Amino acid sequence: MKPHGTALADLRPDLAAIASVIPEGARVLDIGCGEGTLLAALAAHKQVDARGLEIDPERVATCVARGLSVVQGDAERDLVHYPDDAFDYAILGQTIQMVDRPADILDELLRVGRSAFVSFPNFAHWRMRVALGLGGRMPVTPALPETWHATGNIRNLTVVDFRALVAERGARIEREWHFAKGHTIRKRGANLRAEFALFLVGR
Amino acid sequence: MQDPETALTLPDPLPLDSGAVLSPVTIAYQEYGKRAADGSNVVVIFHALTGDQFAASPHPGTGRPGWWDRMVGPGKPIDTDRLCVICANVIGGCMGSTGPASEQADGARYAQSFPVVTIHDMVRAFARMLDELGIDRLHAVVGGSMGGMQALAFASDFPDRAERVLVLASAARQSAQNIAFHEVGRQAIMADANWNGGDYYGGAHPDAGLAVARMAAHITYLSEKGLTEKFGRRLQAKGDGKPGEKSFGFDADFQVESYLRYQGSGFTRRFDANSYLYITRAMDYFDLAEEHGGRLADAFARASARFCIVSFDTDWLYPTAESQHLVRALNASGAPVSFVELSSPFGHDGFLLETPGLDEVVRGFLT
Repeated sequence: MKPHGTALADLRPDLAAIASVIPEGARVLDIGCGEGTLLAALAAHKQVDARGLEIDPERVATCVARGLSVVQGDAERDLVHYPDDAFDYAILGQTIQMVDRPADILDELLRVGRSAFVSFPNFAHWRMRVALGLGGRMPVTPALPETWHATGNIRNLTVVDFRALVAERGARIEREWHFAKGHTIRKRGANLRAEFALFLVGR
Repeated sequence: MQDPETALTLPDPLPLDSGAVLSPVTIAYQEYGKRAADGSNVVVIFHALTGDQFAASPHPGTGRPGWWDRMVGPGKPIDTDRLCVICANVIGGCMGSTGPASEQADGARYAQSFPVVTIHDMVRAFARMLDELGIDRLHAVVGGSMGGMQALAFASDFPDRAERVLVLASAARQSAQNIAFHEVGRQAIMADANWNGGDYYGGAHPDAGLAVARMAAHITYLSEKGLTEKFGRRLQAKGDGKPGEKSFGFDADFQVESYLRYQGSGFTRRFDANSYLYITRAMDYFDLAEEHGGRLADAFARASARFCIVSFDTDWLYPTAESQHLVRALNASGAPVSFVELSSPFGHDGFLLETPGLDEVVRGFLT
């Protein structure tokens, strides 16, 4: 049985952007795949070879129960065990800001995958700047509602920072998307206006 | 319900890994659910060390429900309304398949002249049984503990025959610690006054030794947490209804002692001591990587199946690290693999009991 998958058009905008790029039959690894929303949609509508890595056992169980191939594991510890070029696309959604060594993770993504999707919250969004610059407090916004001591976002970065990291690691940006209030916005001024960003990075 | 005596005899002798040949080979099995016309719905369940073919029907000796009754049956996670489940007794066993208690052509029991068999020999015998039943490809092979070893061996040895491989609380190799525990059990059996070099079938059996082997092994199937929750340091109540008290002797004062003694003596009524030796030996010899030049991934190079590996957080006999080792090899081989560590207080026995998430994973994977 094919996994039941959300229609591609009904996916969250960043996931829909990823799905729009991935061709039929591609090999995909979604790192931090949660309950497998994107993987199930890709498997159902694009016949991809869909694999996932997820740290939470209950979410893994949900994925397996819906017919997905998902391994319980930690991106920083377990990605090294995947062979080179195992995937056409490695996806790291909303996680790079939570890991100990983001630069190493980017290298690993581009080792196991020929291309990588990376998305993250943009800490240079104007609300953040106002909160920190004028309020003098670490930002708590509708998009990032947790206080500094509760948030898992320990590696705060911006759209411009990520572009610099990609250049520093000798990789290249193939495409980028920016999102605010659940919608795609233009690239111009993205570092000020985007709440979230999604990059497609190649070797 | 099927006749508990159901068995078939293979038409040809079975070559064994040791170089010996076993003949004749009888395999006792049970079948639950209806086989689809095209045979596409058959699930083979491999049993564990002391299991048998009665996964979902009462054990003919003890009358107790099948060992996986909560998992296998109509509407259950391994749903016999939809799937046809076949479970067979391993060769070397003592529930109807050819083993050390079987009679040879001259009417004498094999006892210790039975050849040492391996996990691969067991699955080779099953594959031949499936040939005889006219079943080629399987919807899935499923097994916990030693059953998981057989499922892995089957996937490796017959890469085209199973579409799904579900491995619970198991490993691709027997660890040093597990070999050590097995050796304690074997030595307990062989130290029994009735052992007689394994040639005891005409007289008293080495029951005391077999019971000790079972008691030691049973501890390894549980967890400290589980034992503490179930028994703690509670004393065993006496028969006269008075609360338990210390005897200042060596009676089973503690409930946990009484429980183990009960497990040990119950086991001797349904299991043969020679079979215990042979089957533990088969597990000890199991190391899938060793047979593939030390590279476990190569064991699955030709496998076409999807794999699902499940471990249990309190299982110290086949700990999560062993499953992760296996999952990494499967990933390296490119096989589609799922892995989850479930949380349970039941230790190694977690795969047999009510562990949250287990039923959903099994049901989902087999869909």
